[in-house]
Amino acid sequence: MVDIITSCQLPVASCQSSFISQKEIKISICSLNIWYTDTQAIEDVSLDIEKNKVTAIIGPSGCGKSTLIRAMNRMNDIIPSVKVKGEILLDGENIYGEDIDVVGIRRRIGMVFQRPNPFPKSVFENVAYGLKINGLIKKKEELIEKIEQALKDAALWSEVKDRLGDSALDLSGGQQQRLCIARALAIEPEVILFDEPCSSLDPTATAKIEELIQELKKKYTIVIVTHNMQQAARISDFSAFLLLGKLIEFNRTDKIFTHPEDKRTENYITGRFG
Amino acid sequence: MKKFFRRGKGIEFLFLFFALASVFFLAGIVVVLFSSGLLILRTVTLREFILGRYWHPLFYEPPAYGILPIILGSFWVTLGAMCIAIPLGVGAAVYIAEVASPQLKEILKPVIELLGAIPSVVYGFFGVVALAPFIMRLFDLPIGFTALTASILLGLMALPTIVTISEDVISSVPVLYREASYALGATKLETAAKVVFPAAFPGIVTAIILGMGRAIGETMVVMMVAGGSAIIPRSFLQPVRAMTATIGLEMGEAASGSPHMHALFGIGCVLFVLTLLFSIAAERFSIRFRRQVGI
Ligand SMILES: Nc1ncnc2c1ncn2[C@@H]1O[C@H](COP(=O)(O)OP(=O)(O)O)[C@@H](O)[C@H]1O
Ligand SMILES: [Mg+2]
Repeated sequence: MVDIITSCQLPVASCQSSFISQKEIKISICSLNIWYTDTQAIEDVSLDIEKNKVTAIIGPSGCGKSTLIRAMNRMNDIIPSVKVKGEILLDGENIYGEDIDVVGIRRRIGMVFQRPNPFPKSVFENVAYGLKINGLIKKKEELIEKIEQALKDAALWSEVKDRLGDSALDLSGGQQQRLCIARALAIEPEVILFDEPCSSLDPTATAKIEELIQELKKKYTIVIVTHNMQQAARISDFSAFLLLGKLIEFNRTDKIFTHPEDKRTENYITGRFG
Repeated sequence: MKKFFRRGKGIEFLFLFFALASVFFLAGIVVVLFSSGLLILRTVTLREFILGRYWHPLFYEPPAYGILPIILGSFWVTLGAMCIAIPLGVGAAVYIAEVASPQLKEILKPVIELLGAIPSVVYGFFGVVALAPFIMRLFDLPIGFTALTASILLGLMALPTIVTISEDVISSVPVLYREASYALGATKLETAAKVVFPAAFPGIVTAIILGMGRAIGETMVVMMVAGGSAIIPRSFLQPVRAMTATIGLEMGEAASGSPHMHALFGIGCVLFVLTLLFSIAAERFSIRFRRQVGI
C-alpha cells in the first residue's frame, strides 16, 4: 500500500495565501511531496483551494499536475510505487491522517478524468452507480429523480432523456464527458477535480464543459488541471503554475495572466516554452 | 530460385501457399467427414439418427443407429464438467487478477498453464487408478466409471483454458473504469464485483465456451473413465458413452463402407457442427468484450 509519512508539523498558517480569505478555505495543501519509487514528482507544494471558486493548475506536460490533483482525493493510492509526505486538509482534517476513511474522502471529492471513462453500462446505470454503492437512495422514484437532476446539472438531460437505456459508449466524446460529470454530481460531492477534462474534445464540446464549470462553481469547489492557457484564463479564479514538480507561482488568475511575478511564469504563459 | 526469393514477392507467395495449404487441408477434412457421414442417411432418416434412442450397431438384427444416448452422454459429462470448471475457473481467475500479490501471480499463472499441457491420457490414468475407485467407494457403487468421474476430470482439464483466458480478460479491463469507480467512493470489492466483472463478462463467457469446446471434444478421458454404456443417462452415477469415445472405440471394429462406419462419421459431423457453433459463439462474445472495453 501507499507509504504515508506525515511529518508536516508546520502550522497551517504557513500555507496561507494572502489573496484567499481564511474562512473560505476548502482544501489546504501543506508542504506536499510525492515520489514515484525514487523520482520526486511533487516537491514541497503548499496551496489553498477556496470554496466555490475555480482553481486552475497549469504547467507544461510532465510537471506533476495530475499527480498533484490526484493527491487531493487519494487517487494516487492505487499506484503501488507512490509515496506521499505532507498534509492535505479538507475542512481542516488531514486526508492523509492515520484513521482517515479513504472511501469517504473520495465520496466528498469527485473526479473527472482526462479521457471520458463512462462504464460500459447504460446512461442510466452510469449515473445510478455512485448512488447505489453509497446507499444514497431508498426508493426507486428517488433514484430516478436524482439521476434526472444530475443529468440536468451536467447539461446533458435534453440530449439523453430519450435514450437513458442506451449504452453510454454510444454517446459522443463530449456527451460521455458530461455523463462523467453527471455521475460525479449525482453523489453530491463538495469538491470536483477535473484533470484536463477537455483534452480529447472538440472546441464545441469544450465550450460546453467550460460553461458548465462556471455554473457548477456556485454549488461546488472546483480544481481543474489544464495545459490550455486560454482555458485557465477564461474559467478560473485562481491559478497555480507548476514547473518540474515545484509550485512556481499561485495567485488570482487575472494577476497571473497580466502581471506574473516570476519570470518563468511569464515565459510559460506567453508561450515561450512548454 | 535464389533470385526469386530475394524479391519480396517470393516470400509473399510462400506465405500465401502456406495459408492456402491450411485452408485446403481443413476443407479436405470437412469434405471427407461429410461425404461419408451423410451416407448414414441412406440407412436411417436424420430424425431416427439424431433422436433414435438405441445405439445397437452390432450383433442386433436389425441394427439400430440412434445416437440420442450418445449425444446426451456428451451433454451430461460436459454439463458436469462445467458445473465444476466454471465456479472454480472463474473464481481462480478473479483471485489471480484482482487479489493475488504480483509474486503469487507469477507462480500461479504458469502452474495453471502447466495443467493444460498435461497429456489427456495422464488425466485418464489418474481417473482409472485414483478417482474411479474413490467414487465407487464414496457412493457405494458396483463400478467407479461414471458420468461424474468423467465430469470431474474434464472439468479439471477445462480449467486452464477458463482460468487463463478469464484472467487475461479481467486484467485487460482498463484501469480507467476502475479509477472511475474508486473516484465515486467504491471499495475494491465493489469495483471488482460491479464494474470489472460485468465489463469482463462477455470475455469470461468466451473463456467458458472455449473450455466447453475442450471438454466436449476430449476423447481419451471419456474413453477411459466414463464407463461406456450407450443408454440414456438418468443420473451422474451411471456409466455413459460420449460421442468422441464412441468414435474412438468403434472405429476399429466397423467394416469400411458399412452403415456402422457411416454412422460413426455422422457422429463426427454432429461433433463438428457443435464445436463450430461453440467457436462462433465464443468469437461473438469476444467481439462484444473488445468493444466494451475499447480494445
Ligand atoms: N505511475 C507513474 N509511475 C512513475 N512515474 C510517474 C507515474 N505517473 C507519472 N509519473 C511521472 O511523474 C511526473 C509527473 O507526471 P504527471 O503528474 O502525470 O504530469 P502532468 O499531469 O503534469 O503531465 C512525470 O515525470 C511522470 O513521468
Ligand atoms: Mg496529466
